[in-house]
Amino acid sequence: MLKVKDLEVKFNRLPVLSNVDFELAKGESLAVIGPNGSGKTTLLRALMRIIPFEGIVEWSSEAKIAYVPQRIDLEKNLPLTIQDFLLSKIKLLRLGEQELGRVLKLVNLPLTIVGQKLGLLSAGQFQRTTIAFALIGSPNVILFDEPTAEVDLPGEEQIYDTIHRLQDEQQITLIIVSHDLSLVFRYATKVVCVNRQMLCYGEPKEILTTDQLHQLYGVRGFYHHDHLRNN
Amino acid sequence: MTILEITNISLIAIASGLVGTFALMRRMVLAADSVSHIALPGLGIAILFKINPLIGGAAALLLGALLIWFLENKTTLNTDVIIGVVFSASLAVGSLLTSGEELIEALFGQSRAGTNFELLAGLISAILIIAFILLFKEKLTISLVSPELAKVTGINTERLSLYFLLIFALTIILGLKFLGVLLVGSLIIVPAAVGRNLGGSINSALLISALTGALSVFVGYFISSAYQLTFGPIVISVATVLFLLSLLKK
Repeated sequence: MLKVKDLEVKFNRLPVLSNVDFELAKGESLAVIGPNGSGKTTLLRALMRIIPFEGIVEWSSEAKIAYVPQRIDLEKNLPLTIQDFLLSKIKLLRLGEQELGRVLKLVNLPLTIVGQKLGLLSAGQFQRTTIAFALIGSPNVILFDEPTAEVDLPGEEQIYDTIHRLQDEQQITLIIVSHDLSLVFRYATKVVCVNRQMLCYGEPKEILTTDQLHQLYGVRGFYHHDHLRNN
Repeated sequence: MTILEITNISLIAIASGLVGTFALMRRMVLAADSVSHIALPGLGIAILFKINPLIGGAAALLLGALLIWFLENKTTLNTDVIIGVVFSASLAVGSLLTSGEELIEALFGQSRAGTNFELLAGLISAILIIAFILLFKEKLTISLVSPELAKVTGINTERLSLYFLLIFALTIILGLKFLGVLLVGSLIIVPAAVGRNLGGSINSALLISALTGALSVFVGYFISSAYQLTFGPIVISVATVLFLLSLLKK
């Protein structure tokens, strides 16, 4: 599905991310881990080709890519509802309005909520809305940037459940940026760790050793099931 | 003023309301006020060379919009900062070039009837602006929520900002004659603020601000002709009263 070779991203001629090499097959889920400011989001942006980069990012011709960004801060009284937001993409893709009901159902958002303003949604509801937005048009690749940042714990579980239910039902290839190593263990088939450059790549059980994590985060004593979200 | 002219100005007000709704959400409120001042040196130069001042104003505005877009893309400065600099420079140069009664008219607008050419150009442009907003509503909405999401959805956000800026400048040009440099921004801001206050969704916000604009023009026309007052300031005063009324909702 995806082949990345010698990927390098520079801001103002300074490399912020380099030596990224990995491959991803259809239906796999890749976790991208690394400390804050390590270039995880930059990697996603390069994969989506919305920032300039050097090297090779090659998607297979069948790839239909969608993206779920980190929490977006919107003004509370912005006159934009869930329906306005979702229907915009549905109309752009020239799909029928039944697509709205379909994606809302996939993320468990009730139809009664579609008239709510985006700025008034809870973090969890907003995240579901952005996932629903991504699902419009049935993509087969979804890139998630910290899908559960700022969502409380039960909400977080729900969102991961939703994501992996979708993966099972729709054979979606996933790339997830996350701080949460326990989730990486539970769901990812492959892991890429970055800190300004790619430090490791492989299956979770070989990657998430204490030594590797030490090298990545520079701190000893993190166990596999620790939450590293707030570090 | 003829019926045709009132229709023309109402259409301009509707166009301003629609553009304003998105301008407000894109945090371009002050831009509306400042960008209009860029027209002043153009008006001054046109009066100096005895050509139609509106053509001079339009040329200056389009140049200004392109300059802002260029600086926005080539520097890391905020749009507000860029518009602030370009606007103060324009006002300084403009007031040196224009003088006396002409300056007053350029600043506050005039009630005199326009030429047939001005009328026709106004009608066509207003329809063009309304069509643009209705056609690009979806793209504008998505890029408003997140430019990044818009890009992944296949929207060319840089081109969209340029289009919007040009449409924004065109809207200002249309209002320039009867509202003047100082008040034309208000026709974009005030009705849109009413739409923002009362609108529960993007469509209702667009509809309410368009209607507020048109209503302000109609009521403004009757008040200004009944009491022999300058048209522009009355229109904006009416819009402001409607805004104050919209605050009662909460």
